[in-house]
Amino acid sequence: MRYRGVPQQILPIVLIFAVIIAVFVTGRILFVPESFGELGHYRARSIDENAAHDISYAGYQVCYDCHDDVADEKAQSNHRSLSCEVCHGPAADHAEAPDEVLPEIPRSRDFCTLCHGYNAARPTGFPQIIPDQHNPGKPCLRCHEPHTPEPPHTPEKCSACHREIANVKAVSHHASLECTRCHEVPPEHLSAPRSARPKKPSTREFCGECHARGADSPREIPRIDLAEHGQRYMCWECHYPHSPEAGK
Amino acid sequence: MTYEAPKMKRREFLETVGKKLPRWALLFMAIDPKKLLASPEDDYKPEEHEYAMGIDIHKCIGCGRCANACKNENHVPREPMFFRTWIERYQITEDREAIVDSPNGGIDGFPETKGEESVLRSFFVPKLCNHCKNAPCVQVCPVGATFISPDGVVLIDQTYCVGCRYCIQACPYGARYLHPEKKVADKCTFCYHRIRKGLLPACVEVCPTQARVFGETGSQSSPIRRFERFHDLTVLKPSLNTKPRVMYAGADGEVR
Repeated sequence: MRYRGVPQQILPIVLIFAVIIAVFVTGRILFVPESFGELGHYRARSIDENAAHDISYAGYQVCYDCHDDVADEKAQSNHRSLSCEVCHGPAADHAEAPDEVLPEIPRSRDFCTLCHGYNAARPTGFPQIIPDQHNPGKPCLRCHEPHTPEPPHTPEKCSACHREIANVKAVSHHASLECTRCHEVPPEHLSAPRSARPKKPSTREFCGECHARGADSPREIPRIDLAEHGQRYMCWECHYPHSPEAGK
Repeated sequence: MTYEAPKMKRREFLETVGKKLPRWALLFMAIDPKKLLASPEDDYKPEEHEYAMGIDIHKCIGCGRCANACKNENHVPREPMFFRTWIERYQITEDREAIVDSPNGGIDGFPETKGEESVLRSFFVPKLCNHCKNAPCVQVCPVGATFISPDGVVLIDQTYCVGCRYCIQACPYGARYLHPEKKVADKCTFCYHRIRKGLLPACVEVCPTQARVFGETGSQSSPIRRFERFHDLTVLKPSLNTKPRVMYAGADGEVR
């Protein structure tokens, strides 16, 4: 039996193929999501979905719209390049409802030391303190106004003339020491520097006040046995006191 | 029909064209096709943008504010194993070994390490999704749930992700994680929802030392192009030919 000249065995094959193609096409319509393949092998609409999330950080421009006084103050300080939300946290909600949601004000020492605590891996010259030595227990805010923080410096009295020493000392292990910790300075030195000279330490025991074994000083200070170490030499014959090397 | 001699002779015609053509050309050059195509702000066209990030290792102080801001902005779980961006501390010892640590991604700071005598130098390296142009994660996704959007950002279609974790395995930078609640892959999107609004990614916004730089690669004046001009840039794992869009300044061979 032939249907218009088509061999009999072709018909079931054509039917089977037709069913398979129909199933495939319906399946594809059902399962392939809308907008899939418009731009590539993905749902093009997902791009807009990714963009639809709400923001938490408003951006410093929004803060400056209202808090322009703080912004002007901060613009002159060492914190000028900091965005407000570095310290005050995400503030988009606050920008929406300024009276209802208040941004946080971090007051603890632990927060400031996240940036300014000493860490060997930080870049040289970045202002850092050793929290255990730098007024331990006192809140940073007591002395430093965060919007206009003062850079650390040796008292200008000394560094005005002894700038080189001050610069070297500022990045050394002795950075936290006042000049007067080691130098006894007669008041006349300021008006007549050459005739009234400051005193320099003259004994090994002076350095030992901090560095001798059993000295009453913070634990992290390196210790030596005064009797054994260096024998007859004076400390400063090997160690430059304004920039003492560490270890070895 | 009789033949009429043309009013303009060939020589005259060529002369006029020769004189006027440069002027017309100038007129045409004054019209910037990009400006003609430019759309109003709300009508963002991804194919007209291309983003990249630069990271200056010399400037990073390891404060972890970026990782913290990222978690706030993108609602990343606070547990210490889920990060879209995190900071690693590299410590190079005297025998040229690199010790890498990242306690809680650097969010709580980095504790002082003991036995530092043998450490030659140390530095911080912020890490995040590198938004590769040849992204291995996109290649392996079996359902097309992760893709490179036309503006160059590698995104995840979280409604379509089946959570098979192939992409997490494939990423050579370890930038992806499985979201513990949504059970789908998650990673840095360059804060896609922010950059579409013209804002900076949260990590760039809060970086206190401008160690992170972000911008469009298309415009000469963008911060990222400036960053490119002023630094020798490297990418992480260049041998893999992933072509990252995150570029590092000050990274040497020890950074992986």
